[in-house]
Amino acid sequence: MPLVGSSVRRNEDVRLLTGRALFVDDVQLPGMLHVAFLRTDHAHARLTRLDVSVARQRAGVVAVYTASDLGDYGQPGPLLVPPPPIDGLTFVTRTQVPLVRDKSRHVGEPVAMVVAESRYVAEDAVDDIVAEWEPLGAVVDLEAALEARAPRVHDDLPDNVAAHVVQVIGDYEAAKRTAHTVIARRFHYDRGIGGAIENRAVVAQWDARAEELTVWDTTQAPIPIRNGLAAKLGLRESQVRVVAPFVGGGFGPKIMMFYAEEVLVPWAAMRLGRPVKWTEDRRENFTGTTQERGQVHDAELCVSADGRIVAVKDVFLHDSGAYDSYGLTIPINTQCTLLGPYVVPNYYSEFTAVFTNKTLVTPVRGAGRQHGVFVMERLLDGAARALGIDRVEIRRRNYLASGQFPHDHKVIYQDFQPLVYDSGDYGPALDEAARLIDYDRFKREEQPKALLAGRHLGIGVVSYIEGTGIGPYEGARVAIDPSGQVRVATGVGTQGQGHFTAFAQIVAQVLDVNVEDVSVCTGDTREFNWGTGTFASRGAVVAGSACHAAAVAVRERILDVASRVLAVPREAVVVAGGRVRAAGATDDGLTLGELARQANPLRGAVRPGSAPGLEATAYYGPDRGTTASGVHAMVLEVDPETAMVQVLRYVVVHDCGTLINPMLVEGQVQGGVAHGIGNAFFEQLVYDETGQLQNATFMDYLIPTATDVPAVRMAHRETPAPNSPLGLKGVGEAGCIPTGALFAQALEDAVAEFGIEITEIPLSPDKLARLLTGRRAPKRNVVVVEGSFVFEGKREAVYALLHDADVLGASLPGAMRLAMTADGRYEGLMKVGIGPVTAAEFTMGVTLTDRDPPRGYGMIVEGKGSFGFTRGLATVQLLEHARGTEMTYRAEVQVGGTIAAVGQRLLDSVSRRMTAQALESLHTAMRSRL
Amino acid sequence: MRVGLSVNGVPHARDVEPRLLLSDFLRQDLGLTGTHVGCEHGVCGACTVMLDGDAVRACIILAVQVDGHEVTTVEGLTPAGSGVELHPLQAAFKEAHGLQCGFCTPGILMTMVPFLRDHPDASEHEIRVALSGNLCRCTGYANIVTAIELARDAARR
Repeated sequence: MPLVGSSVRRNEDVRLLTGRALFVDDVQLPGMLHVAFLRTDHAHARLTRLDVSVARQRAGVVAVYTASDLGDYGQPGPLLVPPPPIDGLTFVTRTQVPLVRDKSRHVGEPVAMVVAESRYVAEDAVDDIVAEWEPLGAVVDLEAALEARAPRVHDDLPDNVAAHVVQVIGDYEAAKRTAHTVIARRFHYDRGIGGAIENRAVVAQWDARAEELTVWDTTQAPIPIRNGLAAKLGLRESQVRVVAPFVGGGFGPKIMMFYAEEVLVPWAAMRLGRPVKWTEDRRENFTGTTQERGQVHDAELCVSADGRIVAVKDVFLHDSGAYDSYGLTIPINTQCTLLGPYVVPNYYSEFTAVFTNKTLVTPVRGAGRQHGVFVMERLLDGAARALGIDRVEIRRRNYLASGQFPHDHKVIYQDFQPLVYDSGDYGPALDEAARLIDYDRFKREEQPKALLAGRHLGIGVVSYIEGTGIGPYEGARVAIDPSGQVRVATGVGTQGQGHFTAFAQIVAQVLDVNVEDVSVCTGDTREFNWGTGTFASRGAVVAGSACHAAAVAVRERILDVASRVLAVPREAVVVAGGRVRAAGATDDGLTLGELARQANPLRGAVRPGSAPGLEATAYYGPDRGTTASGVHAMVLEVDPETAMVQVLRYVVVHDCGTLINPMLVEGQVQGGVAHGIGNAFFEQLVYDETGQLQNATFMDYLIPTATDVPAVRMAHRETPAPNSPLGLKGVGEAGCIPTGALFAQALEDAVAEFGIEITEIPLSPDKLARLLTGRRAPKRNVVVVEGSFVFEGKREAVYALLHDADVLGASLPGAMRLAMTADGRYEGLMKVGIGPVTAAEFTMGVTLTDRDPPRGYGMIVEGKGSFGFTRGLATVQLLEHARGTEMTYRAEVQVGGTIAAVGQRLLDSVSRRMTAQALESLHTAMRSRL
Repeated sequence: MRVGLSVNGVPHARDVEPRLLLSDFLRQDLGLTGTHVGCEHGVCGACTVMLDGDAVRACIILAVQVDGHEVTTVEGLTPAGSGVELHPLQAAFKEAHGLQCGFCTPGILMTMVPFLRDHPDASEHEIRVALSGNLCRCTGYANIVTAIELARDAARR
């Protein structure tokens, strides 16, 4: 069985499970000093006095640094991602400084750095520092930020606008004039945290003899950190080694250049000549580590009468936080991902990125894609409702067809390339998701039955695409050690994705060795010198492809050397089971380790034009990313009294191209869904009007727990990426991208009779309770009808006749013109006269359930009309009887709306009378045909 | 203050500041860095260790409070020289892919080892409730629950 595609258990697990894996905070060095930071409590304030003299005198304190000690080193950091080449784009760069110089721009910004013999002493000394502030009024709300009288986050700018970008497909306004229906809504999406359980940490050691700086950093991008630090510290890149060892979760915020601590800790270590460590505590993490998701959208969807998308318009504000060091990656992702798997012939998208006095915004798992998916999916739900089209069907109607790839949307994506979907096949994924969640049966039986029992169940189905695996490039070196072990080194960092195993599988398959014999090193610049980092669901795609290319090159080397050593042509060399031998030879040949030794001669010479060793380095730089896609579906239950929500079922059908290791992919998806559920219903960073974060602890900010997240049922579809040698697409972020949209749809469905519409994420029980307040479900009365009746006829014949539309119609009080629309499904009209309402007409639907011929069946009856509604559940049992067949029936019918106002007694008597009439007419209808 | 205790069966005596957290004592003074610190306010559960056989949070206990007691950390599940590569629960975590970044894992192991000892027949729901005091951001919990069920079933056989 090929290794790529199988659920190989992980190589890294034993070290992690036994506590031997090295995380940054585990690094302990002789003479190491510890850092604590004074951070501002003011979102926006001028620093009027900073006195560190007492702190400097405290026993055990080695140094206290402020901005004035940094000199030029305290310059603002680099712009990590410049804006893409989009016509008319405006962008102003304002990046963070290591230590506050004149004013604070968000709570948690570092002001002074204390270096001491222990963290405890360093924290004591932070309390010794006197800082005085003149508050300036905080910019918190996105719309208020753009008002003329708003305080300015950056004094030298005329306003708080960080960027303005318009991207257009076709002609929105012209297309809108041809539309049948326009759905216009305002949507809000608010902030959450990445929430890695390991906080950030940096340890730095300057070796004065070797003139080398070693930095252990929880970064997702060790090589760019190394390059930047070398430049900033005036060192050669080869003098700086950055190691991201085991990292306890990334999720985006661990890639930022530069966090203040990342530039200050190495600087202090060099200045003091001693190792220095800083580890973030959770409170620092809530204000000092980047966040994501604040946006406000005003969006319109124009559709034809049959629900096809004619045009989309989206104008939104994006919260950058206090600085925009990460450029426009997030809002560009939003802009592009909104298009989803759909044909969108006309699109107008405009966004304004806004500076606020809040923590910096950089990608968090999903990186802006959530917002786009939320807007589009919510608009489609609105259109489905307005047009009376099923929610699954409206999506299917708008999908790009499998023959439409590659599809160029002609807008620019975050990787600066045109947004081109390389491949995909969306319809079958939708069908499979609907089947796995049991969509039809849920709508037909499960939901109405639950509702009659007083339970509010809802279902949701949404689609999304994800641009993954973007460039520029990654590289890998594969080398066979004389021990026979294979060493793989690549530049990306790893934070739990399973790279140690996935990359090993790829290399082991090419070289035909055991996965356990492939040792993978990621995130150590000494081991591999080139690359960018782990972000944008690209690790497996880009670094994995580089590993593959390097392994293929090593295999070529093996063939060359083995051909010489075994004295046979290359074509006759067999590489298998960690050995090489000549085809047809009777001996075992050599192990790859022995061959590696032969490739490194101690005497004689390496042949001209060749190199020693069985080793190769290769790079993979895709022109553009590859498009993963999927469909998520869920069933949830809402308790309208408490507004608590329980997710009952969750289905993901995902297409990330070729699977390297299904177990790892499923792990990524399940974890993403958990993050998504948190983002949808539990997690929100709540800032007050002064820019203070109100819930900066895990007691107040709720990460979902084991009782909140169901096991996701998954199915994989594999549409291989056409431009990747292995067909790989990314998967790291997929699980959490559509969850907010899905949650909203399912929730609306569950409480449909309350008539609420959800236009914001995150929700929470209290927000949902507010939405439901004052929208109590309509009053309803319950009528119970039961009894029995004997027909003259055989049970089989009676059972069969009861499925006849005319006969069935006769059995239902007031039913007229009932017609069968599908097997077991009937639709028609019902007329009822009660009290002052002489002839209320209802459209009526009947669904047969639990059919057990000829013994009986269940029935769900729904009626809706301008006078109210009726909804009932009936069971019918047929028993052999001396005179024929005895039918026993029991129906519980809810009657609501105007018609229910007549009161219970009248309802009871009317229903008894109507039931008697119905049985009489049923008997007549039966007798004539039995 | 003088503190004397047994950690993973090895006696230790140290002079410590009264304010020193047990988590810092284990990690820094004893070099047992398998116990991880995630929140320092007793919510995430990453620092969970066993104190006289029961799961406790090392970040909200002072080192001086455990004077005279026995502490077991994740390193104690596979004692050096015992020839045991993985404790049965650890093996189940590997088998079921119950960990990704592995940072929260030691705390979960040290929560569930005493839980399974005390509840050998725990249902999935009971396992989820017991696990709900440990935060994991990577896995979405499903495979952790499966791993614990695997270990439970293996112990019953």
